[in-house]
Amino acid sequence: MTAVLRRIGALTVDGIWWLGFISRFFAMVLIHSGQSFRRLPLTIREIYFSGVLSLLIIVVSGLFVGLVLGLQGYDILQRFGSSDALGIMVALSLLRELGPVVAALLFASRAGSAVTAEIGLMKATEQLQAMDMMAVNPIARVVAPRFWGGVISMPLLAAMFSAMGIFGGWLIGVVAIGVDNGAFWSQMQAAVDFRYDVVNGVIKSFVFGVAVSLIAVFEGFDCQPTAEGVSRAITRTVVGSALAILALDFVLTSFMFRGL
Amino acid sequence: MSRTTLDLWVGLFVALGFAALVFLATKAGSYSGLASGRAYTVEASFDNIGGLKAKAPVKSAGVLVGRVADIRFDVQSYRAVVKLDLDPRYQFPRDTIATILTAGLLGEQYVGLEPGGDSDVLKNGDRITMTQSAVVLEKLIGQFMFNKAAESPSQP
Repeated sequence: MTAVLRRIGALTVDGIWWLGFISRFFAMVLIHSGQSFRRLPLTIREIYFSGVLSLLIIVVSGLFVGLVLGLQGYDILQRFGSSDALGIMVALSLLRELGPVVAALLFASRAGSAVTAEIGLMKATEQLQAMDMMAVNPIARVVAPRFWGGVISMPLLAAMFSAMGIFGGWLIGVVAIGVDNGAFWSQMQAAVDFRYDVVNGVIKSFVFGVAVSLIAVFEGFDCQPTAEGVSRAITRTVVGSALAILALDFVLTSFMFRGL
Repeated sequence: MSRTTLDLWVGLFVALGFAALVFLATKAGSYSGLASGRAYTVEASFDNIGGLKAKAPVKSAGVLVGRVADIRFDVQSYRAVVKLDLDPRYQFPRDTIATILTAGLLGEQYVGLEPGGDSDVLKNGDRITMTQSAVVLEKLIGQFMFNKAAESPSQP
């Protein structure tokens, strides 16, 4: 009995320690992020590595998600004789949920894990300490540009994911199945509100970008400086980001879309 | 990778991202909806608004002319007061009739405006005096049953 209680207590204390660490780390990154905007090439390089190189997987996944939504949505909607509403279904599910969430999950496994591996390896090979010795702040020089690169890339990637998904739904619905082109777009335009659907989706993807980038740089910076430690940190990044994205998505959705 | 190619790729990436956003805003969404800053507001009170919700469309002759801005309950008259944001491109006479209608049998409810013949037009803050409440299906069926029951003994 005492052992169980002790275990619960240990887990709680560890969790609170971890939360404190990551919050302090977040504050440190924000304080030292001036350099990543003064020396813009540092950040641009990170946008290239996390954003541009994730482009292919995001675009291809978005297209396939849209294709599947088109098929499944048509299958269900035509039972009620409302296959014209396919555009609404594809656009709203992508803009509100699938776009930000799936793009963020892909981003976490494609770019987040790479960032963790890079920073973790720098720590394992003592490059971060070397920077400290040379009076270069590793948070300002290494961590903050990667953080901001991720934060800037994420909303753009999510927007591209949604746009490609709508294109995929259009391909299946209009080109392959033969839903009326005008009805597809006009119903979509009547149902999708810019402020309510598009902007809320962008806000979501921005929040996910902050969460994923923060977890990625923190796990890299915090890892055990060994080969095994780096591999564990990468696992923790992917798992932690996925959980954070899904939990944050629920919280954000319950604030944004409570149907008035 | 040299600096210029890197910049080129990142520039392309950012441009594509914004292009996607513009596509979502214009082609998928309706950005051209009326800006709430320009709209003029009129009030109408109803005995019963049925299932009307805020942001429901306001239509006249089937054309979208505004949105329901706000719904509240007036404790003095025990009626529902509905605020309508109307597009300033469209002016309506003062004796316009506001009706709560349903799109299709099971569709969403919206406010229909039927213009009258007055030469004065509705201005910001005005009140539509002639209104017609939502048709509540249960009441309608109840009335029908009641009428049927009332007339049936005299029939045989």
